[in-house]
Amino acid sequence: MIPAPFDYLAPTTVEEALAALGQHGDDAKILAGGQSLLPVLRMRLNAPEVVIDLGKIDSLRGIRDDGDALVIGAMTQHSVVEHDALVAEHTTLISKAVEHLADHQIRHRGTFGGALAHADPAGDLGAPALALEAQFVIAGPGGTRTVAADDFFVDLFETAIGEDEILTEIRVPKHTGWGATYEKFVRVAHQWPIVAVAATVRVEGGTIAEARVGLTNMGSTPLRARAVEAALVGQPATEDAVRAAAAHAAEGTNPPSDLNGEAAYRSHLATVLVRRAVLSAAGSS
Amino acid sequence: MTLTEDEMTQAQPDATLEIGKDRRRKEDQRLITGRTRWTDNLTLPGMLHLAMVRSPFAHATITNIDKSAAEASPNVVRVITGTDVADEQGGLPNAWPITPDQVTPNHPPIAVDRVVFAGEIVAVIVARSAAEARDAAELVDIDYDELPAALDLKEAAEDKVLAHPDLGTNKSAFWRFDSEEAGTGGNVDEAIAKARADGIVIEREYRQQRLIPAFMEPRSTVVDPTGEQITMWSSTQIPHILKFLLAAVTGVSESKIRVIAPDVGGGFGGKLQTTPEEFITFLVARQVGKPVKYTETRSESLMAAHHGRDQWQKLTLAAEKDGTVTGFKVELLADLGSHVSLVGGGVPVLGAFMFNAIYKFPAYQFNCQTVLTNKTWTDAYRGAGRPEATYAIERIMDELAAELGVDPFEVREKNWIKHEEFPFTTVAGLEYDSGNYEAATARAKELFGYDELRAEQRRRRDSGDQVQLGIGVSTFTEMCGLAPSRVLGSLDYGAGGWEHASVRMLPTGKVEVLTGASAHGQGHETAFSQIVADRLGVAFEDVEVLHGDTMVSHKGLDTYGSRSLVVGGEAIVKAADKVIEKAKPIAAHLLEASVDDIEFNSGRFSVKGTDQGLAMAEIALATFAAHNLPDGVEPSLDSDATFDPVNFNYPHGTHLCAMEVDTETGEVTMRKYAACDDIGNIINPLIVSGQLHGGLVQGIAQALWEEAVYDDSGTLVTGSFVDYLLPTAADTISFDLDHTTSPATTNTLGTKGVGEAGTIASTPAVVNAVVDAVRHLGVQDVRMPCTPERVWKAINDARGGAQAETVGAAAPHFDESTGMDGTVDRTSGGNA
Repeated sequence: MIPAPFDYLAPTTVEEALAALGQHGDDAKILAGGQSLLPVLRMRLNAPEVVIDLGKIDSLRGIRDDGDALVIGAMTQHSVVEHDALVAEHTTLISKAVEHLADHQIRHRGTFGGALAHADPAGDLGAPALALEAQFVIAGPGGTRTVAADDFFVDLFETAIGEDEILTEIRVPKHTGWGATYEKFVRVAHQWPIVAVAATVRVEGGTIAEARVGLTNMGSTPLRARAVEAALVGQPATEDAVRAAAAHAAEGTNPPSDLNGEAAYRSHLATVLVRRAVLSAAGSS
Repeated sequence: MTLTEDEMTQAQPDATLEIGKDRRRKEDQRLITGRTRWTDNLTLPGMLHLAMVRSPFAHATITNIDKSAAEASPNVVRVITGTDVADEQGGLPNAWPITPDQVTPNHPPIAVDRVVFAGEIVAVIVARSAAEARDAAELVDIDYDELPAALDLKEAAEDKVLAHPDLGTNKSAFWRFDSEEAGTGGNVDEAIAKARADGIVIEREYRQQRLIPAFMEPRSTVVDPTGEQITMWSSTQIPHILKFLLAAVTGVSESKIRVIAPDVGGGFGGKLQTTPEEFITFLVARQVGKPVKYTETRSESLMAAHHGRDQWQKLTLAAEKDGTVTGFKVELLADLGSHVSLVGGGVPVLGAFMFNAIYKFPAYQFNCQTVLTNKTWTDAYRGAGRPEATYAIERIMDELAAELGVDPFEVREKNWIKHEEFPFTTVAGLEYDSGNYEAATARAKELFGYDELRAEQRRRRDSGDQVQLGIGVSTFTEMCGLAPSRVLGSLDYGAGGWEHASVRMLPTGKVEVLTGASAHGQGHETAFSQIVADRLGVAFEDVEVLHGDTMVSHKGLDTYGSRSLVVGGEAIVKAADKVIEKAKPIAAHLLEASVDDIEFNSGRFSVKGTDQGLAMAEIALATFAAHNLPDGVEPSLDSDATFDPVNFNYPHGTHLCAMEVDTETGEVTMRKYAACDDIGNIINPLIVSGQLHGGLVQGIAQALWEEAVYDDSGTLVTGSFVDYLLPTAADTISFDLDHTTSPATTNTLGTKGVGEAGTIASTPAVVNAVVDAVRHLGVQDVRMPCTPERVWKAINDARGGAQAETVGAAAPHFDESTGMDGTVDRTSGGNA
C-alpha cells in the first residue's frame, strides 16, 4: 500500500525538530522507529502533511548511567536496550519485557521512546515504565520538563507530550538487585499481549520488602496494580501469600473485550499472571 | 494391495537413481532471493496502473458515483464504474454448478448498482503510476443506501435477510449422496432408528470456521494488449483454465490470448480462481491499448481474495453397543459468501466422499445446502472439502470412544478397512486401491510414545495437575490427484482432470520438459527433473522443466488438489517413454541391428548380447542432424502425452498430537506431534517433508489460531495480520514424521498426493487432544480455533462454576453475531 503524499523533514538536532514541529503543528507527525506510524500511513488511516523523522538526531540515542538512574535516549532501538548490560543489571524488568517485544525485525527498527510515546496500552513498555517509576523528559519550545510515569499515560494512544513537544529521554531509577519478571500472555509469539504483567520485587530474608506491579492491556493506559503492591509488602514470598495479594490484580482496571478475550477473561488472567510473575520475580517459582 | 512387513518399510534408495534422493530444490535460489519474475516485478513500456475503489458496506445500493475529482487528479487516465462497462464486462464464471437448479447470482467484476460484500470493487482508477492511482481512489465520491446484510450462515439459510433480494432466496443448491439410492450401502435413517432403540447414537454439531488462505505473494496481474496476442501475466495457480475462461467470458478468440503464470508465491487454493481483478485488468488494457498492471495490497487480499471452509456440520453417528458403526448421516450448511465462485459450490461436494474416511460404514448419507451471504466468497483452500470431512469423522470417532469409555484406537480398529481387504469399495462409492492403516498406526504410536504419554496423562489426572495432558488421534485418509475426468463429469464439474506433458530432446542431449501443471512453490522443477533423469538416463542438471505459460506448455489443467505429481508426473513418464520408443528404431539403424535387439537402460541404447551401444545424447544429435535416419522415420524424438487417471489416489496416515492445557488460563501448548503417512512411493523425500511440515502447521493453525471474523455490519474484523493470527516458526514445535509405503496402483510411479495431506490430517488431531485433556472435567467440545478463552470457558461451563457466570452467557453459536466493538484498532491514532 502506498501512503498519501507527505513532506519529509529530517532534522539533526532537537532544536530543529522542535522548530519544525512549531511550524507545522497539527499537520505534522513525528517518526521515530516507524513501526506503528508507517502501517498507519500505508493503510491511509492517517495522512499527515509533514513527517518529521527523528532518526538523524544522534543525541537521542544511547543509554547512560546517571548515578541513581539509567537514562535511555528516546530513539534507542529496542534491540540495543535488549542487549545492554546496564539495563540488565539495574532495570532488569525492562530487559525482560523488551526480550519478547514483537519480533527481531521490529526490535531492530522500533525505538524505546517511540513505543512509549505511541502509548498503546497493549505495548510492552508502559507497564515496566510504570512499575519502575520512570521519569519522562520532554523537550518543548520553553525548554525541558520531566513527567512522572503516573502522569505520562493519559488515555488510549494519548500521553502528556504536548503537540509542540518531543520525548527526548526516559530516566529509569535503578532497581539493582530486585527480581523481575515480565509475564506475557499471547496466542502467537508476534502478537500484542492479551494481558501482560510486569513485576519487580525486592525480597529480604524470604519476605517481600518492596513490590511494583504494572499491567499491560488492562485498560486504556498501562496500569499499576497498587492494591497488589500494598498487599504484598511484608508478606512471605510464598504461593499462598502471593495468591492472596494477586486476587486484587483486576481492581480498578477496565480491560477491553476483543477477539482474544472478553474483559472478564482478562481480569481473570490478570490475577493468574500477577501471581505467577510475582512468584517468579521473587525467585519462588 | 497387500504388502508384507518387509515391503512396508521404505526401500533404501538406489544411489544411481534420482528418484528417492533428497535433492534440494532447483527453483529455491531464485524464489527465496526474489531475483525472479514475480508478476509485480514486471515493468512494460508505457504501462498504466490500476487502483480499486471498494465497497465499505456488506450490502448496499449504489445511488450515485461522482468521479469528477478523481478524473481531475494528476496523471489519471480514466475512472471506470460498473455502469460504464455494464454491457461489456461480462460475469465471472462458475465452473461447477453442483445441481441443475443451482441459484447462481450474476457476478460482475465491477459492481453496477448494488454491492453484496464489503470489499467488492465499485470503481477502477487508471493512472500513470500506482501511487497516483491510489491517491485518486480516495477522491471517488460514492453514495450508498445501506441494505440489511445476510451474515450469519444459519440465519441466512432460513432466508431471514436476503443477500441478493432479486433471487428471492439465499439457498443456492442442495446436494445429497445417499448410500441406499446409490446402491453402495443401506438406509441411514433405519440404522439410526435401530441404534436409538438398541445401540448408541452420537449427535454433534461442529463449526468449520472461515479461513483466509493468506498466500505469501499478494495477487498481481499485468496485461499487455499490444502484440498479436493479448498477454496476461498473473499470480495464478491456473493459467490454462484462466486462458480458456478469459476467452469464454470476453468473446476474445482463445488463440489470441496467452496467459503466463510466472513465479507465483503460494496459493493454497487461494489462487485457484478467476478474479474480478484479472477480468478488469484485461478489459482496461484492451480499452486503453496499453499495458496495465494491478497489484493488490495485503489488506485487499485479506478482504477480497476468496476465503475458505465456513460450514456448520450436523452429524449423527449410529453404532452398536460394541462400537461397530452402523450408519453416519451428515447435514452441512456451507457458506458460499456473496457469489458462487469458480468451484466454490463444489468444495463441500469434494468432501462428500470422505466423511466415511477409512471406515466400513454400512449406511451413509451426505446432505449439503450451499448458502449465499453478504461476505467474501469462499472457494478452495488447502484440502478443499476433505479437511472438513476428516475433522467431522475423526472428532466424532473420538466421541464414540469416549461414550464407550475405550481408547480412541479401539473404535477405529473395529471399524477400519483391514489391509488385506484392499482394493475396497467404500459406502461412498470410491474404490480405495491401496493402504495399510494398521502399519501406519503401529509406527505412529511408536514414534509418539503413545503408552508413555497415556501413562503421564493418567498421572496428571490423578494428581489434579493444573496442566492437563491430552492425546488426539487422527487416522485420516483423503482422495486426491484430481481427477478422473469421467468422475468429474458425473459431478457436473465443468472440465476434465487429465494432465499433459511434452518431452523435447535437444540436439546437445539436454531435455526440456513441458508440463501443464503450474507450480506456485511446490518444487515441480526438481521432482519432475528427477523423474525424467531416471527415465531417460540423463543428468538431473540436464533436465529443464518449463511450465506456467500457455505459449510454452500449451495444454494443461494446472495445479490444485494434490494432482501435479500423480497426474502431471505420470503424463511426463508416458511422454518420456514415447521418446525412448521413437529413439529405438534410430538407434537400431545406426547400430545396424534389429529394433527387437535394442535394449534401453540407464540412458544407453545397446544391442542385446554385445557391448555396442549409443547414448541418448548421441541419438538426439543424430536425429537433429537427420543425415542418416531409417526410411519413414520422422527426424524428431519429441513426444507428448496426456494422462487421465482412472481413479483418485488415497494417501492416509495416523497422526498423534499431545497437547498440554493449562486449566487455570485455558492456554494450550503443543507437547508432541508424531505422524506416519502413507503417500506411496516418494520421488523427493525433502520436498515431501516440506509439504508435510507446512501442511501440518496450516492444519494446526485452523485448530488453534486462524479465524476470519466479521462484525455485525459485515466488516471483516480480521482485516490485517494483527487480528488474523498466522503462526510463525516461533509458535510450532518440531514434528516426528515417518512413512509407510503402499504404492498407488493407478500410476506407474506408485505415488500419491502429499500437498494437502498434512492440513487434512492435523486439525482433528489437535482438537481431539485439547478435548481429551479436559474431557474428565466434563468438556465435550471446544470450538475452533481453540483460543485460551474458549478452552477456559469450556472448562468453567463444564464445572458449572461461578467463574463461568461472570463472563455472561455461553458462547453464541456464531462469532459473526458477537459484538466486537471493543476491538482496539492497533493501526490508528497515537504518536509514533
